[in-house]
Amino acid sequence: MPKSIPADSVGLVTPLTEHFDEPLELVCGRTLPRFDLVYETYGKLNAKRDNALLFCHALSGDHHAAGYHSMEDRKPGWWDNYIGPGKAFDTTRFFIVCPNNLGSCKGSTGPNTINPETEKFYGPDFPLFTVKDWVNSQKQLMDSIGINQWAAVVGGSLGGMQVIQWAIDYPDKLRHALVIAAAPRLSAQNIGFNEVARQAILSDPEFHGGHYYEHDVVPRRGLMLARMLGHITYLSDDAMRAQFGRDLQTGRLSYDFDVQFQVESYLRYQGSSFVERFDANTYLLMTKALDYFDPGADFENGLAEALNRTEAKFLVVSFTSDWRFSPARSKEIVKALTDAQRQVSYAEVESSEGHDAFLLPNGYYTDILNAYMAGV
Amino acid sequence: MSLLRSDLTIIKDWITPGSRVLDLGCGNGALLQALRDERQVEGYGLEINQKNIVSCLQSGINVIQLDLDKGLDDFDDQAFDYVIMTQTLQAVHFPDHLLQEVLRVGKEGIVTFPNFAHWKNRIQIGLQGKMPVSRTLPAQWYESNNIHLCTIKDFQQLCKLRNIKIQKKVVLDHLHRASGPITFLPNLLGQIAIYRCQRGGD
Repeated sequence: MPKSIPADSVGLVTPLTEHFDEPLELVCGRTLPRFDLVYETYGKLNAKRDNALLFCHALSGDHHAAGYHSMEDRKPGWWDNYIGPGKAFDTTRFFIVCPNNLGSCKGSTGPNTINPETEKFYGPDFPLFTVKDWVNSQKQLMDSIGINQWAAVVGGSLGGMQVIQWAIDYPDKLRHALVIAAAPRLSAQNIGFNEVARQAILSDPEFHGGHYYEHDVVPRRGLMLARMLGHITYLSDDAMRAQFGRDLQTGRLSYDFDVQFQVESYLRYQGSSFVERFDANTYLLMTKALDYFDPGADFENGLAEALNRTEAKFLVVSFTSDWRFSPARSKEIVKALTDAQRQVSYAEVESSEGHDAFLLPNGYYTDILNAYMAGV
Repeated sequence: MSLLRSDLTIIKDWITPGSRVLDLGCGNGALLQALRDERQVEGYGLEINQKNIVSCLQSGINVIQLDLDKGLDDFDDQAFDYVIMTQTLQAVHFPDHLLQEVLRVGKEGIVTFPNFAHWKNRIQIGLQGKMPVSRTLPAQWYESNNIHLCTIKDFQQLCKLRNIKIQKKVVLDHLHRASGPITFLPNLLGQIAIYRCQRGGD
């Protein structure tokens, strides 16, 4: 709980909901006839309406990127380190919009909301979303707020993929694209991890084919395992060694399968707390959206050709210890952009924090964002 | 400062307006900024120093963080009209390889380096028996990034060996003049050498 709101915080914020009656046609061939998008905004839209930034969230993220919902909140929004008055994404200069993606479980229409056609939870009947679909839904939100062009679209990880898709699909709707700790498409190893996570959920006897809401249960063990596995891929070997090493909970081996190493206890805690705040159907959807993302696939010459149509200026940032989306993956994006003769800058931030580094404080990373955003 | 300006000004005048440029070791992006503003040039700077990268971003220069010692694998053959390398050749691990990479990626290469055979350096080594410290070589030997210093003669020999055609050469003396006695004794009087080169024919 914040005793008082820090001066460089956006303060107390309230999520907004926008209802859309215009059907959204999806890549999978299905249509979402109507939907709600929950989002937050920080800062003020200027008279020219040209200072708006769109923030796209990652797999388990949501619309709550900065500030606090109440004085009882234990933590601020997920990117509070970089959003606020005087911070890199300076809310005295910019108007920031951060929506919760469709199919997510934090308020926007998704598997855990009621399907008006059936008056039951969507559950497993919620259509498979792709990054392209999210971008189209965010475009509808943009139109309804009355923004003609984003000053920048910004995102890390899966959020960074949405930024790339924005630049390809709506080239004249953004001036800058900030792609952080992302990849141009998943590797076989990435998909492999996602598949194990999905199998953990799908094989949980309490999954009930995705209809667990009606049974008043959640596939707790499956979702917990999925998160434990995911969490290992967000950290680096070094970060885990530094934080846990081989330290034991009780100081001695007990020769059974109870929690003994601190890393086991940590992962179980991360897994079980995740179950309280996340939905298993959403986890399945989000990992599939990641797996399917491959904007270069529709073009004969791949990503460079896809990016050839973009007009935005790009900033690509990676982190040295990120092995989920390593610097080499960001360099693929940069290479495609330079091959396509687009404007791009690239920085590789030294960090031992793994994939999660994009959320955490870091001097050089802050300098990069500050310097770049000064020109936005 | 004026020293930097004089070699950059000469390079700027060599660049055709509207061309595509890659600047290896672009520093704070001063050259790219001048080329962008005065020559409508598009391109990228490659840099490894964090402070310089932040400066480039502040000036709106496209900068890519990259270690030149790892080569230019991410760039295709002949992707740029010019690949420029100012005061960088002597600071990389494999100058020979990088020079060839410059001419693979660029249709032309522009290279500048401090001439180690300049008379002031010769005095410091020959008479004082010390590694030279000067305006072009400001660091002490133990702090210097310059690990492959060479002379005008050395560079030209390497070009010959690697079949690199020198199209143009300007040598500046310690007062940044490119004319006078220096034309006869460039390796003795030249403090900075500026070359424009191309791959030679087979």
